[in-house]
Amino acid sequence: MNNLPPVIITEDLTKVYDEGAIPVKAVNQVNLQIDQGEFTALVGPSGSGKTTLLNMIGGLDRPSSGKVWVDGKNLGAMKKNQLIDFRLHNIGFVFQAYNLIPVLTARENIEFVMLLQKASKKERNHRVLELLREVGLQDKMNNRPDELSGGQQQRVAVARALASKPKFVLADEPTANLDSKTAANLLDIMSKLNQEEGITFIFSTHDQRVIDRAHRVITLVDGAIESDELIANASDHIESV
Amino acid sequence: MLLKLAWRNIWRNKKRTFITMFSIVFAVVLSILLDSVKKGLLDKMKENVVSFYTGYIQIHKKGYWDDKTLENSFDWQPELIDNLERNKSISLAIPRLESFILAASEKYSKGCMVVGIDPEKESSVTSLAEKITKGNYLLSSDKAVLVTEGLASYLKLDVNDTLVLIGQGYHGVSAAGKFPIKGLIKFGSPDLNKGLVYLPLKESQRLFAADNKLTALVLSPTRTDKVKELVHSLQLELTDDYEVMNWQLMMPELDQVIAGEKAENVIFQVVLYLLIAFGIFGTVLMMTLERQYEFGVLIAIGMKNFRLSTLVVLENVLISVLGAIGGIILSIPIVFYLFSYPIKLGGKLAEAYEKFGIEPIFYFSMAPRVFYSQGLVVFFLALFLSLYPFIKIRRLEPVSAMHS
Ligand SMILES: Nc1ncnc2c1ncn2[C@@H]1O[C@H](COP(=O)(O)OP(=O)(O)OP(=O)(O)O)[C@@H](O)[C@H]1O
Ligand SMILES: [Mg+2]
Repeated sequence: MNNLPPVIITEDLTKVYDEGAIPVKAVNQVNLQIDQGEFTALVGPSGSGKTTLLNMIGGLDRPSSGKVWVDGKNLGAMKKNQLIDFRLHNIGFVFQAYNLIPVLTARENIEFVMLLQKASKKERNHRVLELLREVGLQDKMNNRPDELSGGQQQRVAVARALASKPKFVLADEPTANLDSKTAANLLDIMSKLNQEEGITFIFSTHDQRVIDRAHRVITLVDGAIESDELIANASDHIESV
Repeated sequence: MLLKLAWRNIWRNKKRTFITMFSIVFAVVLSILLDSVKKGLLDKMKENVVSFYTGYIQIHKKGYWDDKTLENSFDWQPELIDNLERNKSISLAIPRLESFILAASEKYSKGCMVVGIDPEKESSVTSLAEKITKGNYLLSSDKAVLVTEGLASYLKLDVNDTLVLIGQGYHGVSAAGKFPIKGLIKFGSPDLNKGLVYLPLKESQRLFAADNKLTALVLSPTRTDKVKELVHSLQLELTDDYEVMNWQLMMPELDQVIAGEKAENVIFQVVLYLLIAFGIFGTVLMMTLERQYEFGVLIAIGMKNFRLSTLVVLENVLISVLGAIGGIILSIPIVFYLFSYPIKLGGKLAEAYEKFGIEPIFYFSMAPRVFYSQGLVVFFLALFLSLYPFIKIRRLEPVSAMHS
């Protein structure tokens, strides 16, 4: 795709849950490289380790063994607060639901991350409005999450994930709670941002229609990579929209 | 940003926040009323005795306080008084000659304390002239007495009647005299009201054959909060022939009563606030537990645990301090009313109080301390109760928080 080094590299990444009678290998020896600008789907049956893998890549969870490099930095070597700062400046997150702070408006939710980053007021205003436009919610910017539909909430979540200008966005089943039309709409926005702004997206999903939009599909089974395919003509679909 | 977020968060569950606040308002009002009446009563009790009679500091001949006889009197020395009054910490030094004596009318008699005074000076320190309820105040040249109401009614005497005083004077000579009653005076302290007779100093010295003698110099300090220091410096200044005592030393019982009453109040308030603390803690706990997922998201997207726990502490403190401020605001008019119109006990209850030497009136204090101290108590209580969520959130991991 390009000559830049991969933005994410995992090395024998493994997570073992040792709580029950039998230890569960949620993620098993995963070696993965994600390049700048990818639009990649992580698929696999329930319990295959998608969430666990995304959490480790995003620095939310520590691996049992193996390593994660993000932008050339070893997440395992970072202290707790360093890791939080690293997430704040480098990684955008979209979760399945309840992403937003209920007492803040759409606009304030997006701005929040930039406040944590201590961005100037001018910079914040500019970027927040730009993002609201990108996700098509200028007219809803003063509404609180409970006044927004599930799809609109997820769009705000995507905008918030981008507010910090991250290296990539991790989205764990972002469409799971949406109907298919709203899901398609969210995917349109995500792939537009990917195409036009070059934002790297990695999302897990069960939804075949969402999988169809990905440029690369990584399939997990029992915590290990079963297949890793590049979809050559996926972008054609976007350009026809 | 944190403050705005905290403010909005506390109104997420309006009902719960209001209930919590109301319980705090209730506790604060109750506590303030309690403190106010206690302080009011104690201040009054102290005022009744200290300001109106003994004064903050007295100088006697050494040993007088333990053995209050005329033999322990000392010579009036104008230089001593001048010296004392030149001291910047002392506004006035007033002379007194006091002794026990039998007061009698035609049919009745009763032991009482005769106080020889310099009428003008005495009144400028103890406001004695303002306590006249009937008749007139004394002049230095009068050969007349002022009698407390309680004593006069016991003896069935009134203004212009004659009071007979019989007892022992200096060096055991017999002392007797007849004096017209020039005025009646009323003291708040029932004990004092029962048995005081005031006489101009010269007359009392003649009565007791104690020419030029004094039993006490009552000092009026310029600052009542610096009495201990003043006593100490006077003790060093004066010769060993004299003793300098503050009111706590002269009346340890009163001092103890005041200290004891204060402690009693504290126990009640601790119980009260303990009950309130459970309410606040319940709210704090709910506000923390029901938002685990949200906290997980916030930490995930880059908010540090410390900031998040500060947010939660801020929320708790906001609720509590708002409740405390509400309580203080609500209590101000109530206390002000009771301060202006103290509750007077009537009938049997009043008699019972007087029997124990307590004025049967509930006075309330408007001292600022009564109010803000409750605010501080609630503030620190909230901080303390926030400790649990604070520690809990500092340890929170995003994945496990979002899992629950
Ligand atoms: N906190 C945990 N404690 C113990 N076991 C866990 C924990 N989290 C995940 N697991 C186990 O790890 C395995 C992988 O779980 P994970 O949530 O990563 O799967 P997933 O692919 O995201 O599933 P889904 O599609 O249902 O979201 C599962 O067997 C799960 O039971
Ligand atoms: Mg999952």
